[in-house]
Amino acid sequence: MLSKRIIPCLDVRDGRLTKGVKFKGNVDIGDPVETAAQYYREGADEIVFYDITASHERRNIMIETVRKVAEKIFIPFSVGGGIRTIEDMRQVLLAGAEKVSVNSAAIRDPEIISRGADAFGRQCIVLGMDVKKVQVTDKIPSGYEMVIDGGRTYTGIDALEWAKRGEALGAGEICLNSIDADGTKDGYELTLNRLISSNVNIPVIASGGAGTPGHIFDVLEDDRADAALIASMTHYGSYTIREIKTYLNDRGVKVRMNW
Amino acid sequence: MIAIIDYNAGNLTSVKRAMDYLGKDSEITDDYSRIIDADRVIFPGVGAAGTAMADLKKRRLSQAIVEAFNNKKPILGICLGTQIIMEMSEENDTKCLGIIRGRVARFSPESTGLKVPHMGWNSVRLKRRHPLFEGVDRDSEFYFVHSYYPVPAEPDKVLGETDYITRFASVLAAGNLAAMQFHPEKSGTPGLKILANFCEWDGSDYAE
Repeated sequence: MLSKRIIPCLDVRDGRLTKGVKFKGNVDIGDPVETAAQYYREGADEIVFYDITASHERRNIMIETVRKVAEKIFIPFSVGGGIRTIEDMRQVLLAGAEKVSVNSAAIRDPEIISRGADAFGRQCIVLGMDVKKVQVTDKIPSGYEMVIDGGRTYTGIDALEWAKRGEALGAGEICLNSIDADGTKDGYELTLNRLISSNVNIPVIASGGAGTPGHIFDVLEDDRADAALIASMTHYGSYTIREIKTYLNDRGVKVRMNW
Repeated sequence: MIAIIDYNAGNLTSVKRAMDYLGKDSEITDDYSRIIDADRVIFPGVGAAGTAMADLKKRRLSQAIVEAFNNKKPILGICLGTQIIMEMSEENDTKCLGIIRGRVARFSPESTGLKVPHMGWNSVRLKRRHPLFEGVDRDSEFYFVHSYYPVPAEPDKVLGETDYITRFASVLAAGNLAAMQFHPEKSGTPGLKILANFCEWDGSDYAE
């Protein structure tokens, strides 16, 4: 049986982590390569890099980071943030990432999903979705709307329709981020995850809201999601990945325990 | 030298990087004579069987793989490489190399509600010992990403099985050839151990 995946997410700016990561009982490190290697050793099933660099040199810096990470870790990792063209995807994949994730670029130009899938295979293309709960209207029948710019801009696109369209265009996976839950540490948006996961036939990574292992259990049991993205829970030393996985394993959620 | 066969099929550099990490001399090549002269051959690949076979034939690489196999060189198939060694694939009804008898089928999830591709970490149940799995813990998991799987005609060619939608042959072994549906180069420590074992393997199998 397939294991549920635990995926730490690292925010990178100008080749450094935006906030240092302090592993349980360990020193603070700001180097994305070292941090990724540490998570690899600690049993992460995959790693997500989110590049929030604004400068023009951003691509070259990120490519160099990806190349160094790929020399050290031998599990899949993906890169998102600022991927706007097929050429951006090609560079990141050639540097050693397994997957690329597109978010607002896909809202502006949905065909980037199909062009990416044709060029590199569906399994390489992750559709990143930032979602906010709104009033149910004719235009937003699911009551969940796609947002961009970190939640500041509403797109008028229904999240459920967008997920289905993304799958049809060739996305191999969805990373589903609830803007409402993000940063609250109150748990994942379970209704949203169930809604999207049960209506697409590609894996869904739940994102936003994880504060305790129990939150992760809630979203992974009963197939509300195939994987859980985590950040602050492990970044600030509150939990190790082994502690999280042991909690899940003890409660019957299949996770990879031997690494 | 270990030849990593270069054809139009996805991310070959990750296999090369794993070899570099292990300190093994390897080369990504599409040159027929480099492959024939290599000590061992890795046949990786991600993508579709149809375009991959067309590319292999065009570059005379299908012949190189069959010859390397007949010359008893240790050969490792990975993912699509594992499917290409079968007789035929249901993916675009592609005629493949036929080193192992049988076909390649698509997952049909129907009533299971399970998702295709099979993407993520899963375990492998070994049916017997094999040099490539020496020192690999039995409860190790490996990273899979695929929508098709091999269905060998001869059960003795199945070295390992995995459960997803159905019970399928995830590792094949035929003399000096071993082939796995998962990605050892993306499977952490146990995957690297398999690759390290391959680099030392003389191509003999305990079963023979």
